[in-house]
Amino acid sequence: MQLVLFFIFGGLCAAAALNLLLTRHPINSALSLIVVMTSLAVLYLTLGAEFLAAAQVIVYSGAIMVLFTFVIMLLNAGEEVRTRGSRAAYLVGVPGVAALFSLLTFVFLSQGNHLGKSTLANPATLYDLSAVLFRDLLLPFEVTSVLILIAILGAVALARKEH
Amino acid sequence: MRNPYYWNYLPFMLQVLAAVAIASGMVLASWFVGRHRSSRVKLEAYECGMVAQGDARGRFSVRFYMVAMLFILFDVEAVFMMPWAVIYRQLPQLTGSRMFGFWEMLVYLGFVLVGFFYIVKKGILDWASDKADL
Amino acid sequence: MLTFLLLSLVKVIVVTVVLLLAVAYTVLLERKLVARIQNRWGPSRVGPFGLLQPLVDGAKSFLKEDIIPAGVYKPLYILSPIIALSCALLSIAVVPFGPERQFRGVDLFQITDLNVGLLVILGVTSVGIYGIALSGWSSNDKYSLLGSLRASAQIVSYELALGLSLVGVVLRAGSLSLRDIVNSQSAHGLFSWNVFGGFQFFAFFIYLMAAFAETNRSPFDLPEAESELVGGYHTEYSSMKFAMFFMSEYANMITVSCVATLLFLGGWTSPFGNLLPSLGGSILASFVPFCWFVLKVLFFLCLYVWVRGTLPRFRYDQLMAFGWKFLVPLAIANIIGTSLWLALRTS
Repeated sequence: MQLVLFFIFGGLCAAAALNLLLTRHPINSALSLIVVMTSLAVLYLTLGAEFLAAAQVIVYSGAIMVLFTFVIMLLNAGEEVRTRGSRAAYLVGVPGVAALFSLLTFVFLSQGNHLGKSTLANPATLYDLSAVLFRDLLLPFEVTSVLILIAILGAVALARKEH
Repeated sequence: MRNPYYWNYLPFMLQVLAAVAIASGMVLASWFVGRHRSSRVKLEAYECGMVAQGDARGRFSVRFYMVAMLFILFDVEAVFMMPWAVIYRQLPQLTGSRMFGFWEMLVYLGFVLVGFFYIVKKGILDWASDKADL
Repeated sequence: MLTFLLLSLVKVIVVTVVLLLAVAYTVLLERKLVARIQNRWGPSRVGPFGLLQPLVDGAKSFLKEDIIPAGVYKPLYILSPIIALSCALLSIAVVPFGPERQFRGVDLFQITDLNVGLLVILGVTSVGIYGIALSGWSSNDKYSLLGSLRASAQIVSYELALGLSLVGVVLRAGSLSLRDIVNSQSAHGLFSWNVFGGFQFFAFFIYLMAAFAETNRSPFDLPEAESELVGGYHTEYSSMKFAMFFMSEYANMITVSCVATLLFLGGWTSPFGNLLPSLGGSILASFVPFCWFVLKVLFFLCLYVWVRGTLPRFRYDQLMAFGWKFLVPLAIANIIGTSLWLALRTS
């Protein structure tokens, strides 16, 4: 059951991600990204992370993608012109992404315990999650609020009039 | 007999299928049932009977962008409050302190509220005035 | 597994059909009530008291010509009413209509009880915004675009206040499952409902305001302000596609009323608590709570209509200021107050 769901939604996710890259109209890209986010939420769900799935839909498929569509509408972005792309991007981009990906995987796998990794029961209820988040991982949680504050300042600064 | 918890998602999936089926069925049915007799004028954009001027692809106020941006930030905050609210009544036993759960959220809210007062003071939310720094 | 799926399917079909009928008759209820408020009769010709009017209206919508204007971006133009309506029909899946009663492992009064039910409703609402945002943009019409921009910004702003107002209720119940939230208010009838005994009066007020704004209802119906925007985001839609936006608005109204009932008015619990003698018969005993639930939802629906018939429309800057500068701080104050009260009480 879980495997079937994984293949369906993993496939959907990958297909939407490909469509995101290949389609020419930005609004189609935004919509594909919504599909990617939502199928990721289903994947979280099959892994037993209910709250994460719900939060993924609310924050990513909901809030962040609304901003994206707003910006596309706001800037009146039309169809993109297909170009060959620069050779530097091909040469550096693909190995760069691969290197970054392997570095991150290495750090998470080997140093996870120092980064506050904790194992929850599967399926994890919201209680398990909260108990860890609000006792053991309190500092990262409080730092999130500072991050939100900085983001607010950044958003205001970005939209400011030029003097 | 108690079913495994994850079965609870099956009816939800069924509801998703039913809702999408009904909605797309309606669109299809109305396309096939109604008759079509179109003309160039009928297919124009509606502008109160006048000839349509240009299209609707202009730019619009940056305030809409600001609202969407601020919504993300405060929505993240709201989503973080949900797990806290769920466990709040158990926190005294978990942490051994009666007010611990209260103070940790007050600190969190404090930072966010600083940002909130900043945007209020900057006039980002004043839609009617030009004095805002936008 | 097969019986479970089949019974669930039956449940889904029954609930969806009832919801669609309820939508049709809420429209009639509104037309009748607003007519009485304005000293008219409202629909009265089709069937007794105009009772067949909604069905005839539905048939009419199907028979109308389905125009797709020349300038629209077709895929999204067709997709957006589908998104709007299917999201509106979705949230009802987590709403419990009565106390738990199992039949062959299937819950009779609820499609499904999820641990994160409340978040599911929030998530579905936040995806439903795309129906409105994309319809205006893809129509390529100035009125539609303005209407959909206003609507999306308004829904987004009030969703924040709505989400924050729920935290107080969750603090009391300690769960996001709607069934648990109702059970947390079932002890002493009226006095343990969140709006009274739970001291969630401010949360209730915020929720109600946000719910009116989320469903684009008067006095927050700026997205469809007829005098300035013709029809708002559905100006370019005709035939059933227009009716689908209309239906999704009413379906959202019903869902929001159900959730208000569950969160603040004790769901299916009776206001008299245990004062009324309990009815022994098992069918009747489970039917009475259901009636309480329907009554409370009807109360909210009538409130919607009453407000629409009474209050003038807000101005857009007032709307935004009210949502962000008044409701959001009030909701945060409510959270701090409720948590402080709960912390001090459990000494």
